[in-house]
Amino acid sequence: MNETIPATSLGEPNTTAILFFLAFIAATLGITYWAARKTKTTEEYFAAGRSISGRQNGFALAGDYMSAASFLGIAGLVSLSGFDGLIYSTGWLVGWPVVLFLIAEPLRNLGKYTFADVVSFRLKQTPVRIAAAIGTLAVVAFYLIAQMVGAGNLIKLMFGVSYEVAVVSVGVVMLAYVLFGGMIATTWVQIVKAVLLLGGAALLCVLTLAQFSFDPSLLFSKAAEMYGEEVLAPGKQVANPWDAISLGLALMFGTAGLPHILMRFYTVPDAKAARQSVFWATGLIGVFYLMTFILGFGAMVLVGREAILAVDKGGNMAAPLIAEVLGGTGLLGFIAAVAFATILAVVAGLTLSGAAALSHDLWVSVYRKGDAPRDEQLMVARGATVVLGIVAILLGIVFKGQNVAFMVGLAFAVAASGNFPALVLSIFWRGFTTGGAVASIVTGTLASLALIAVSPTIMIDLMGGESAIFPLKNPAIVTIPLGFAVGILVSLLAPEDSARAAYDAKERRMIMGVE
Amino acid sequence: MSDDIRALAHARWRVAIGLSAVVFVLYFGFILAVAFAKEAIAVQIIPGVSVGILAGAVVIVGAWITTWVYVAWANRHFDSSLKSINEKARG
Repeated sequence: MNETIPATSLGEPNTTAILFFLAFIAATLGITYWAARKTKTTEEYFAAGRSISGRQNGFALAGDYMSAASFLGIAGLVSLSGFDGLIYSTGWLVGWPVVLFLIAEPLRNLGKYTFADVVSFRLKQTPVRIAAAIGTLAVVAFYLIAQMVGAGNLIKLMFGVSYEVAVVSVGVVMLAYVLFGGMIATTWVQIVKAVLLLGGAALLCVLTLAQFSFDPSLLFSKAAEMYGEEVLAPGKQVANPWDAISLGLALMFGTAGLPHILMRFYTVPDAKAARQSVFWATGLIGVFYLMTFILGFGAMVLVGREAILAVDKGGNMAAPLIAEVLGGTGLLGFIAAVAFATILAVVAGLTLSGAAALSHDLWVSVYRKGDAPRDEQLMVARGATVVLGIVAILLGIVFKGQNVAFMVGLAFAVAASGNFPALVLSIFWRGFTTGGAVASIVTGTLASLALIAVSPTIMIDLMGGESAIFPLKNPAIVTIPLGFAVGILVSLLAPEDSARAAYDAKERRMIMGVE
Repeated sequence: MSDDIRALAHARWRVAIGLSAVVFVLYFGFILAVAFAKEAIAVQIIPGVSVGILAGAVVIVGAWITTWVYVAWANRHFDSSLKSINEKARG
């Protein structure tokens, strides 16, 4: 039924897209203006004055987390290979219960702006802060590269502007939010984006299922009829079982080490609100991944694989294409604008968390030994934001045309192996030491980078080699245990009495909060 | 006083570890089945819905249920214990 490839207006200037896009920019800049007037202290700049409610933070966490890569990428992957997309969807969701059970409440009670606050509690500030800032900036950099290059390609495809114009405009608008409106503006941009993205995906899902009597099994059956029953079964994404397991570990434990996600728990008033916010986020993100799965199958059946591949060989345009099939250029324009909003919200969160590492961890805690005038703190925070905004734009331009899909996996691997073990050990283990924390973060981060550099992704796919030194695409199965083992071993070899003695106070504050 | 806090910290720790283990087993059960039992995963329970699709949905619903269990426990037991510790401390 899909012998002819249907025409698409994707990539041509689209009036609806431009109108929705302008409306979104106007609304979010309005929010930024309002937020800027309320942003007078570092606490407001980095933590929204701890004034965000649990439910609001749940929506903002969802908006911070659901990237264009997961909306367009998973819908695309499902549209081309069916079932395999579910491996990613479930993996990206199961990190959230881990965040709730192990991290959210202790983090809120122990820290101020960054996860380094928690790791360095009762340990020596300077070495731990430097190591944690390295872990943070590594994750932020790889995530930013993936987002900026994705943004450039996406906006070029959707609006027909040049790649460089797309990257610079994302960078400049994002910088306006973060620089002037800080965490308050970033939070509300993320909430607006989460509502738009969930609403857009729900609308597409309803329109898709309406064609199948609202019975997903009829949609899946139709897909199996058209493309074979293998679309309902594991395919080439799991050709090597160990790859699937290692990726699963990175996804499950990486979320709990993502600095821009962890930072959001400081925006709520107390640990109870932090708890409620993960509850909301898990619900919203789970619904979102179920919907992308339906949408992917919808695109496979209603748009057809040939048409999806003709527009983009990665399949990334499956969701916009099904919007066009179901609702014409109007709906296509709306979804294109939503995808743009999605990128802006994620990039803003990343930039703010990188700026917190630079200014709060490195400048204030390490360089100024924790004693910097309030005006200076805010000025350095804004300066760090500008630096990161410019770095984001440059990274986007430098990596133009590169295949950066693996960078998201890399960011999750570093987060899971460098940040997560140190965070868990510092919260739950009395015997953890300064040396253990530094060794754990540095080893986990460097080992992830080294193993990815010699992985099939780099050595075969990117460099065109015959074989790779390390057999797996994602190193997490080796590097997460390594991060834990190094942290524990170094702590056992050189115990730190002052840190051990201070654990009682830490445990008390972890449970009771700040009294 | 500090014994109460330690007991509460340990209770939270047990619940947290137990629920983390549930999610871990659920998700890696799914991943291992997908990786090593591809044929069983491909079987269709009703036309269109394979064991794998159902299992994936179960993982998502399982993540919801475990977060709900934790929040219900924490809102009910953890918060009330915390409150009584605070009241005892005050007087």
